[in-house]
Amino acid sequence: MTEKYNMPDTRGHFGPYGGIFVAETLMPPIQELNAAYQRYMVDPEFIAELDADLKYYVGRPSPLYHAERWSRELGGAQIYLKREDLNHTGAHKINNTIGQALLAKRMGKTRIIAETGAGQHGVATATIAARLGLECVIYMGAVDVVRQSLNVYRMKLLGATVVAVESGSKTLKDALNEALRDWVTNVDNTFYIIGTVAGPHPYPAMVRDFQAIIGREAKQQCLEQAGRLPDALVACVGGGSNAIGLFYPFIDDASVAMYGVEAAGDGVETGRHSAPLCAGRPGVLHGNRTYLMEDDDGEIIETHSISAGLDYPGVGPEHAWLKDTGRAQYVNITDTEALEGFYALTRMEGIIPALESSHAMAYTMKLAPTMSKDKIIIVNLSGRGDKDMQTMAQREGIML
Amino acid sequence: MSRLTGKFAELAKTGRKALIPFITAGDPNPDFTLPMMHAMVAAGVDIIELGVPFSDPMADGPVIQRASERALAHKMSLRKVLALVAEFRKTDQQTPVVLMGYVNPIEAMGYENFANAAQQADIDGVLTVDLPPDEAEECVAMLKARGIDPIFLLAPNSSDERIKLMDVAGSGYIYYVSLKGVTGAGHLNTADVETKLQQIRASTRLPIAIGFGVKDAETAKTVANLGDGVVVGSALISKIEAHQDDLATAQQQIVELLAAMRQAMDS
Repeated sequence: MTEKYNMPDTRGHFGPYGGIFVAETLMPPIQELNAAYQRYMVDPEFIAELDADLKYYVGRPSPLYHAERWSRELGGAQIYLKREDLNHTGAHKINNTIGQALLAKRMGKTRIIAETGAGQHGVATATIAARLGLECVIYMGAVDVVRQSLNVYRMKLLGATVVAVESGSKTLKDALNEALRDWVTNVDNTFYIIGTVAGPHPYPAMVRDFQAIIGREAKQQCLEQAGRLPDALVACVGGGSNAIGLFYPFIDDASVAMYGVEAAGDGVETGRHSAPLCAGRPGVLHGNRTYLMEDDDGEIIETHSISAGLDYPGVGPEHAWLKDTGRAQYVNITDTEALEGFYALTRMEGIIPALESSHAMAYTMKLAPTMSKDKIIIVNLSGRGDKDMQTMAQREGIML
Repeated sequence: MSRLTGKFAELAKTGRKALIPFITAGDPNPDFTLPMMHAMVAAGVDIIELGVPFSDPMADGPVIQRASERALAHKMSLRKVLALVAEFRKTDQQTPVVLMGYVNPIEAMGYENFANAAQQADIDGVLTVDLPPDEAEECVAMLKARGIDPIFLLAPNSSDERIKLMDVAGSGYIYYVSLKGVTGAGHLNTADVETKLQQIRASTRLPIAIGFGVKDAETAKTVANLGDGVVVGSALISKIEAHQDDLATAQQQIVELLAAMRQAMDS
């Protein structure tokens, strides 16, 4: 690559993807948000406050951990885990919620809303809202409220109002619809913290910029610990925020392969999955053009994944672009394979990963043995598995 | 002159305002819609907005969202809505019909395929909630080339810059969303609408239809005095929802409400 990667354009386009596809009432707040984002992302005071929060409140930098035993067992490339699971609140989500909440504060907004699937983004948002003394309303699909009840309780403890969304498929996409409706109604005092690299511009770029600290740290840590750049990056992709956070600082490093791992659910061939990049086609949903799971009439179809955080019919527009240009490759992992990844990491390294991250682990188990022992893979361990204990115990027939 | 432009010109001559009902095509089932359209015309409406159901209607409130869900349960689709309008045109060549919906079903069909099919079905206007002019260049060009009016929304918080943008990109009429919120929400503030309409009229000569929050004959009359047309949606769909088991009653109540609005607006 000779030219430096410089996406999106000023109107938020990644090639044909991204953009601003919203109802007119949302245009003014989006323009207001975009102006604030452009201004504060280069404001030394804002950056200093954000950096301090990330260091002292979140606990950054998160370690890059050489999983030696697991690497040896798999017999191929050396596996390094980027430990986002060690962040305050247990996942990468807080990198972004702190950034957006600080923006909200500067913009004079007093009320925060967010959508959540697995509940990690909801918890991260409720956490920062509590710390900043902001009113917080979290929208969550009614199905997810049941399967992630622990996180619902955490959000309530933190003072947030959790609204169970009963419309549509009652999962993440419906929570997003409901949050957009709330925003349209309360635009004057409300800041919508989107948790992933989707939504209308500037969200995909802004969330990426807040998450890019993952890749920046990983790059520096890899150079320090291994003396060179990694050969491959692996991360799970639902909306794609942890993946883009890891990938982005490496995009211009052509020698670094990138693998985004989508959720294949029961298997891509069954149609019961959440893998729009692998098996969907371009369309428009939630403010941007990207790959979607839809039927021939353009209606969004229900997705399936064992992990609530990957159960989404769209994906960030930048991933669509990276797929089309071939810069990143997108693969998929079934529920069953993800469980193998979950158990492998738990038993080989004593680290219990989130079911979302387990997809990345499972793909790493396939990829590592195909590479020689002097190669390096960085896998984003985007979240910890505490929130999934109930789901896992239930699968094993154990009542907690 | 397009059918829509002609309609507003004709109304202006007699000092009347357009009554524009919105129903979702295929709600509660596909057989209900066509006779309902004809009955609404008989009740004195001027333009029909026909909702194309979408799985994720982000800008709509619960009433229209449920209407979408009922229609989709009967496999209603953009193609079937186009076929429905073609059927309507067999006996009504006068009443303008505007499709209102979200962009993804149009994307799935392809802009050019859709524009051709819409022309074939003799559609007059297309209002795509989540396709602002900033992203609509290609779609607008395809529609305009076929004599179909692209209709855009303006909101209480729209700037002069946005108003001018709609004036250039849109034709037929502008749909003014009278309140910040989703369809079917709250009560509109007449004074606020009046002030905003003055601002809009300073930048465009397109007729302005006002929607969101029109519930009865009284609000219809009030709103009619402010703009060039009145859109009523959730209030009609609520009647369909309430009488799903007795659709003759639903149709009758819708006709009665529209007739009352017509009378109030003309008095």
